Order: sequence, then C-alpha cells, then structure tokens
Amino acid sequence: MFLDTTGAIIAATIIAATPLLLAAIGELVTEKSGVLNLGVEGMMLVGAVAGFAVDSAGGGAFGGLIAAMLAGAAMAALFGFLTLFLLTNQVATGLALTMFGTGLSALAGQGFVGTTVPRLGKIDIPLLSQIPLLGPAFFSHDALVYGSVLITAAVWYFLYRTRGGLILRAMGESADVAHAIGYPVIGIRFAAVLFGGAMAGLGGAYLSLAYTPLWAENMTAGRGWVALALVVFATWRPWRAMLGAYIFGGVTIAQLHVQGMGVSIPPQLLSMLPYAATIVVLVIISRDATRVKLNAPAALGKPFLPTA
Amino acid sequence: MSKSILSRVLGTAAAVALGLAAAGAHADGKVKAGFIYVGPHNDGGYSQQHDMGRLEAQKNLGDKVETSYVESVPEGADAERVIRQMAASGANIIFTTSFGFMDATIKVAKQFPKVKFEHATGYKTADNVGIYNARFYEGRAVIGTMAGRLTKTNKIGYVASFPIPEVIQGINSATLAARAVNPNVTMSVVWVNSWYDPGKEAAAAQALMDQGVDVIMQHTDSPAPLQAAAQRGFWGFGQSGDMHQYAPDAQATGIVDHWGDYYTQRIQAVIDGTWKPDNTWGGFAANMVNLATFSDKLPADVKAEALKVEDDIKTGKRHPFQGPIKKQDGSEVIPAGKTLSDDELSGMNYYVEGVIGTIPN
Repeated sequence: MFLDTTGAIIAATIIAATPLLLAAIGELVTEKSGVLNLGVEGMMLVGAVAGFAVDSAGGGAFGGLIAAMLAGAAMAALFGFLTLFLLTNQVATGLALTMFGTGLSALAGQGFVGTTVPRLGKIDIPLLSQIPLLGPAFFSHDALVYGSVLITAAVWYFLYRTRGGLILRAMGESADVAHAIGYPVIGIRFAAVLFGGAMAGLGGAYLSLAYTPLWAENMTAGRGWVALALVVFATWRPWRAMLGAYIFGGVTIAQLHVQGMGVSIPPQLLSMLPYAATIVVLVIISRDATRVKLNAPAALGKPFLPTA
Repeated sequence: MSKSILSRVLGTAAAVALGLAAAGAHADGKVKAGFIYVGPHNDGGYSQQHDMGRLEAQKNLGDKVETSYVESVPEGADAERVIRQMAASGANIIFTTSFGFMDATIKVAKQFPKVKFEHATGYKTADNVGIYNARFYEGRAVIGTMAGRLTKTNKIGYVASFPIPEVIQGINSATLAARAVNPNVTMSVVWVNSWYDPGKEAAAAQALMDQGVDVIMQHTDSPAPLQAAAQRGFWGFGQSGDMHQYAPDAQATGIVDHWGDYYTQRIQAVIDGTWKPDNTWGGFAANMVNLATFSDKLPADVKAEALKVEDDIKTGKRHPFQGPIKKQDGSEVIPAGKTLSDDELSGMNYYVEGVIGTIPN
C-alpha cells in the first residue's frame, strides 16, 4: 500500500509537471536568444484548443500534437514579427499576446465545450515498468512525458555542446557583437521565438489531450505564468527548469494527498505552497549572485536594430 | 472548421446586434429582461444553466418579453458598469447571476428605483432587489445515497472548491445520506481553492483515488474529476449541468441547476405588475434542482432508491438535515425529530460525523 501510494504520487507529480516543463523549456530557448516573450499563457491556450480541435476532427492524438505546435508557433510568429521586425516593446507585446490568445482560444473553442476525445495513451516500457515502485512511477506514462525529458536533454545538448547553441546564446548576450561578426540576429531570434511557441503549444495540448481530455475556456489556469517564473528561477538552465517543474508538481500533488488523509492545513496555504517551495529551492541553488548574472542573457528584452 | 468558426463569429455578432436592438424597443409594451453572466453563456456549466433558464423563460412567455444578456462579466468594478448600462438602456428586470455581483447590484438598484433586480446566491435585498438560490444540498442527499450504495471500499472522495457554507452543506448532506444507507462510509475532502481549474481538480480526484476512494463527488465546475473517475472505472457525479457526454458510463447522475421556471415566474410578475422583492431558496419541489442523466450501467435498485429519495424530499417526507445529526466529535447538533432551520443551514461551519479532516478557516 505504501509503495503503491508513493508510486502514484511520483507518477502524478511527473504528469502535473509535464505541461510546465514543456512551456518552460521553450521559453528558456527564446530567452537565451535575448527575447522575452510573456505570451506563454496565450500560446498554451491556443495550442490546447488547436490540438483538441484537430484530434476531435479525426486527426488523431499525433495530429493534434502537431497542430498544437504549429498553432503555438503561429502565435509566436506574430509576436516575433511585431517585436523583431517592427521593434515593438517585448513586454507589452507579450502581455497582449496572452490576452489575444485567451480570447482567440475561447472563440475557436466554442463548439468544443462539452465534448471529449480519447486520452493520450500510456506506453509501458517493457521490463522497466514491472519494477515495483519505480515502474508505475517512472515507466508507465504517455509519449509526451518521455518526450518532455528527451526535449530537455536535447535543448541542454544543443545550447551547451553545439556550435549552433553557442551562436544562439551569443544573440542573447550581445546582439550587436553577434551582428558584427556576421550572424543573422533577427533570423536566429525568430527561430528561437518559434521554438518557444511550439513548445508552449505542446504544453497546452498536453492539458487538453492527456491531462484532462476536454476543452474549457482558460483551462491553463495560470500555468503559462508559472512556466515563465520557472525559467528565471532556474537561472536559464534546462535541467534546473525540469527540477523546478517537478518540485512545483510534486508539492501540488503532495498537498492534495495530505488533505485527503485528513491532515488539517489551510488550503490557501497549501495552494501557495508549490510556488513558495519552488522559489525557495531555486533561490537556494542559485544563491551565488555572480553565477546568476553569468547565466542571465545580458541582452534579454532589448530590441535590436541592425546598423547598416 | 474555419467556416464554422466564421459562422459562429457572425452568429455572435448578430446576437449582440439583436441584444442592442432589443434594448431600444420599449414602446411596444414588451417587458425587457436582462441577464448578467460571470462566464461565457456556453461554458458547459454554471453560466450556461442560467442562459438555458433565460431561453426557457423566453419560450414560455413568447413575445411578451425580450431577453438579452451580457456574458463573461468580471466580478468587480466592471460589473457595476455593465449592470448600469443595462438598466439605463431600458431593461425592466435584471438578473445578476453570480455572488460577486452583489454589491454592484445593490448600488445600481439605488440609482434605478423603477427597475427590478434579482441577484443569485447573495444575501442583500432592497425595495427593488430580490434574491434567489437553489437548495443544491437536496441533490447532494440523492447522490450521497447512491454513493453509499456504490462504494466497495466504503470511502467516498469529495473535490471541493472553497470552505463556504454552501459547499459545506453539500459535503454534510452527502455524508449523512451515504451513512444512512451504509454506516461504514467515510468522506474524504480535498479543497482545491478554485471553482475552475481542470488540471488541479483532476489531480485532486486522482489523489483521493490513490488513497482508496472509489466514488468521486465534486463541488467544482469542470468535468475533470468525473473524467478522472471514469478513467479508473469508478463512479462520479456531474455538477451544474448534465455532464453525461463527458463520461456516459461513469456519471452515475449529477446535480443540474434549473432556473427556467423561476425566471418565467419572476418575469411574469413584472408583466402583471405584481413583482415584489423575494427571497427564494428552492429545491426539487420548486424545480430549481434537477438530476442529470443516469448512467446505463447504474444498478436498477440504486437508481430506484435515488428516485425515491428525490421524491421524498420533493414531497417533504424527508429533509436532508433531519436529526439526529452529530458533529465529527460526536456532539449532537439536533436530536431525532428535528430538522435544521434555513438560518442554521446558511451559517453551517462544521463537518458531520463521517467526514475526515477539519474545515480550513
């Protein structure tokens, strides 16, 4: 019984963390290129509704996930066009993108309220999923859970072990220098923005296709903002973003279990706990101020106008 | 799909235009009734039930009435503006359908003494402001009875929103009813601190089921807890609207808000010139609370018993809060033969015996 419950808590934690992780990893790449996109919540919602729409129209779960990424990327393209080409303020444009995405997804989703699609299927990894405790906790999830871990690993590898990643990070440190060396700053940043949008869309679709297979207006319920915060507290490091997402998910799930057992703690306090715990842990691991500064993209949020 | 979206946009625009047109037509003697919703009119839950009530009243009263609505109105300063605008544009009666519209309703009502106002789920009245609410706890007594019969582990789980009397009434009513048919039942409650967060509601239901619960009840508005129960092959109960289509087998039944009769009566009173501020709290008997579609998988005897409980409450043979009722600590609330008064219900701030945990404050 104890083993079963622990396994269930860990599994639920990973599931609760997956949409946050996907959105945070995307935003991390965007911010590493020097662009701050506060529209994560809006992109997630548009991804959620697009994925649900395509799945329920017969496109299947896979088609839904692709559609969600495209829809998120399309929203990001709008943001990229405004901020990178027309040089609008990134903070204001990002906030507007969230409002736009909230409204657009509500409008597009009107016909899907009250319907459902088959839940994204679980894939039991042979042999590993048979291990007591660890099996149900880690090796009996849907494809997107495994995918989110692989994406995190790939992003880490790309950013810190490849030439392309070095160039992308250079955009975030000093666009002027990167431009002087001859790199296409706008193009690379645009690509990073698109990746961020696609991941946010995928995170949104995880909610509408796997977590709770339904469409409901504003169903992300603030998870886009949590993802944004995770990027900062993770000091722009992919594995720390994953750790942060899992801590957030873990405390969320644990407090629900504690309540179910009849332990008396104010629910307002418990609702706050995931945020507080994540902040505390990530502040502790990033308490070295110089290292935070080293990790923060120096040109974050600064518009770039190519000279000559 | 894009075509259907376009047609929806056009449809919405037409509805708005119609609403505006309706606002200008006072001379033809029609009574104009306005509705303010906190969510979208098609949210699949709370606001949609109010909108269905509006349509029912419109249908019942035909061309004696013109109805219009404003949806997704935030509770706060914006609400006052929207209500005032509706009053100024010639509405005769305005239904403000969410608790948070209370102060705005009272304020605007003072400025428009000739307009009638009806505020749902609040407690402030005035010469031209009536209030109305439904006795949802009557429905909870029915589903509590069913849950007591359906559980195999003798553990029922309750996904709850906020610790206010209305929600606590529901938990207690369900627990009393479940233990009346199955004394071994316990009720585990998880507060999610939100009316609407599908992800968190689902996680709460899953946490409860991981702890051995095999029947899920909910007093939050999304179908997520019900879906989570369905995923494991357990029973769940819908909320606000009929959630049958989300989980046809797993939704044993649900509690459906039904406002159509009430809206028809109150608008009729305005037409007749007999409207007076009221304080209506109606249940099964007033047809304000209904049961949702029953699952085909539901055992026939459980369904029959549920319908009997509904009928007994409707005819007054049974009260969901009839003594003896004991609190968690065993102390007596009321002895056998007595029932809790409406005032006592409105201030309910304790769990009855059988509920696990304590009410957060």
